[in-house]
Amino acid sequence: MSALGIPEGRRRPSVVTGLGVIAPTAIGARRHFEAVLAGKSGLARITRFDPTSYPVKVAGEVPGFEADQHIPDILVSRTDRFTHLALAAAEMALADAQADPATLPEYEMAVVTASSSGGTEFGQREMEQLYQRGPAWVGAFQSIAWFYAATTGQVSIRHGMRGPCGVICAEQAGGLDALGQSRRLLDTGSRLVLSGGTDASLCPYGLTAQLPTGHLSTEDDPTRAYLPFDEAARGYVPGEGGAILVVESEDGARERGVGHYGRILGYAAGFDPAPGSRRPPVLAAVIRRALADAGLSADAVDVVFADAAALPDADRAEATALNEVFGAGRVPVTAPKTLTGRLYAGGAALDVATALLSLAADVIPHTAGPVEAGHLGIDLVVERPRHTPLRTAVVLARGHGGFTSALVLGAGDRTDHLT
Amino acid sequence: MSPRAVITGIGAVAPGGVGREAYWDLLAGGRTATRDISLFDAGTFRSRIAAECDFDPVAAGLSAQEIRRMDRAAQFAVVAAREAIEDSGIDTTAGDPGRTGVSIGSAVGCTTGLEDEYVVLSDSGRNWLVDHSYGVPHLYGYMVPSTLAAEVAWQANAQGPVALISTGCTSGLDAVAHGVQLIEEGACDLVIAGATDAPLSPITAACFDAIKATTPNHDDDAAGASRPFDGRRDGFVLGEGAAVMVIEEAGAARRRGAQIYAEVAGFASRSNAYHMTGLKADGREMAEAIGVALDRARLDARDIGYINAHGSGTKQNDRHETAAFKRSLGQHAYDIPVSSIKSMIGHSLGAIGSLEVAACALALRHQVVPPTANLSVPDPQCDLDYVPVTAREHRMDHVLSVGSGFGGFQSAMILSRPGAGSGREAA
Repeated sequence: MSALGIPEGRRRPSVVTGLGVIAPTAIGARRHFEAVLAGKSGLARITRFDPTSYPVKVAGEVPGFEADQHIPDILVSRTDRFTHLALAAAEMALADAQADPATLPEYEMAVVTASSSGGTEFGQREMEQLYQRGPAWVGAFQSIAWFYAATTGQVSIRHGMRGPCGVICAEQAGGLDALGQSRRLLDTGSRLVLSGGTDASLCPYGLTAQLPTGHLSTEDDPTRAYLPFDEAARGYVPGEGGAILVVESEDGARERGVGHYGRILGYAAGFDPAPGSRRPPVLAAVIRRALADAGLSADAVDVVFADAAALPDADRAEATALNEVFGAGRVPVTAPKTLTGRLYAGGAALDVATALLSLAADVIPHTAGPVEAGHLGIDLVVERPRHTPLRTAVVLARGHGGFTSALVLGAGDRTDHLT
Repeated sequence: MSPRAVITGIGAVAPGGVGREAYWDLLAGGRTATRDISLFDAGTFRSRIAAECDFDPVAAGLSAQEIRRMDRAAQFAVVAAREAIEDSGIDTTAGDPGRTGVSIGSAVGCTTGLEDEYVVLSDSGRNWLVDHSYGVPHLYGYMVPSTLAAEVAWQANAQGPVALISTGCTSGLDAVAHGVQLIEEGACDLVIAGATDAPLSPITAACFDAIKATTPNHDDDAAGASRPFDGRRDGFVLGEGAAVMVIEEAGAARRRGAQIYAEVAGFASRSNAYHMTGLKADGREMAEAIGVALDRARLDARDIGYINAHGSGTKQNDRHETAAFKRSLGQHAYDIPVSSIKSMIGHSLGAIGSLEVAACALALRHQVVPPTANLSVPDPQCDLDYVPVTAREHRMDHVLSVGSGFGGFQSAMILSRPGAGSGREAA
């Protein structure tokens, strides 16, 4: 045994047995997937505050999410919206997996979430109190609502999960890293991990803090605002929400008598060279390492869920990596995130949920929007979903600064959600 | 046999002095670095004491652009990483950069930069709809704490897995453990791991004021304000700083003739699932983490020569932790020296766990236990050997470092002196 408890020999297979989705497309995994296949966009003019004075006016807001309908009042007042969304998604995921934490060993359940920017809106309100009224007006819950670990801590408490919990911050790549970490925990004594991520920084300071990157789309027309891989691409749209997943050892799921949406077959992460370096981005190398981890060749991959930043350089780099690893235009590529915007820590977790649902239904959702990617040489699925047998999907995510992660998923045995 | 991880370089930015040597001198000398807050006007705050770093970014070697781009927490991390890499003697430009990883912990990220800019953009909180025209170019880098890991990755020429670990006050221990994971699972040959926090700003101070977690003002005794395990303790003293370490696979480190401070022999973490800030008196989950860490290290209680305690100096923590030591180590708990270096350098949230791991590695190197400063009035509920006031020469092969944090997280790590013949070697 190692210092971290890693056993000798092969990894234990990890499966996803429950999905909790809260996204601009819909609340609930099934409704989300219906919206994705229908190309129903969750992008619209921002309503959570008046965006008139900002150059960015379009975002993906979760429609009709009332925190008090999902979680106890006491938690609503003590936590930020990113945690509200995660607490609600965690309940949905556990119910979907038919998992009752009270019946499972307390130290063998863990929570690992990604957070990109913490409780930004809660923090802005408390800083306003501090600077307008003084330190005595800062509330008691700022200390537990703002920090990045708020969600993991609250979910652990709510469900009595006393195993090795964690929080990973890697901007948009964090959701995949959290799932990669879950798989490690399943190898070292845990049997069930609640994982994934959410973000909800659609408050004035949260939006403003992103503007200097120049990466956000300033297009006011929601149907034209987020066009990854298109020659008209000029940035992405921010969104809120994400997904929480129940990840279990395959043995644990079998013991509980539940089916699964799919297997986590492989994972790898890397980091791009420093800005100004002449060396290429690491994406192709990371995909290859994830495939090697899965024991698969590139030919075995049926679909890629792309990072799809909608920044011309990033799109070109991603297309180049895909063509290099999979062969020019060989693998279908899609980016349903054009319907939600980028959800940061929630984005890749949602992509994984969508990919698992696609594998089960043998359908590749299209990249909605008038997207034309011919100039990049990739087979981007556009206009309508593509029905085709699917066994293996790769999900990619790239986070601000150079974070790069890839997850390989295999189809599962669960079909009850399709009826 | 899975690869084993060893610490071959240490860098530190700590209250009382910048650099590993200054840090160890402070600890071994039993001196305290807590003082009246100078970094902002704390006149209207309940707690007005902190352990501040006398940190001059220019003197620390940062360029004008680095200083403009990086918030204080990032500056600490980069300076500590440079020192650690230099100390290890490793050439980060040789070898495959895809095999170099980074794991940095931080509880509150770039909160200082985020708050400073908020004050400007909101015109001191007057405007909810903040004025975006005042945004500085690197503002988004302050909003996402992952910036701290990215900055270190650029320093280290790392193109392998890079992560920012943010489990509140156990971030520093958990980040080192994550680095060890990357070595043991074979993903990396080299990992730069550590933690940083620079939380000395009005919003963080106000947070802890609001829940009375920090010590109220001690009239004229800022230097004696942090009192872990003492009967008079009444809250922790906020601190700041960073410690970063070079972690390598043991065989590779030996082949290149590297100095080895310590091997990471065991680690485990558990959560109490009880309360975001409250602790049960029985120390049950921390005890469980210690027990699993010992099992993984193939050691038992009698092998532990020193415990670096979380020892924050709150009433509940020190009692909780003492109970956890007794529960996990039995009668041996009474024979093992235990100390809290937070008595000297305060509690720097996520950074402290890595500063404590660095202190343990240095304690093994020097065979000296750093003391618990300011401990003079016994508390009947804290009845272990807390090494009061003065450092102690002590023979030790294996040391335990523990952390406990908001969210209910409990972590335990065991470090072994190189060549000490850990249980894993014998097995």
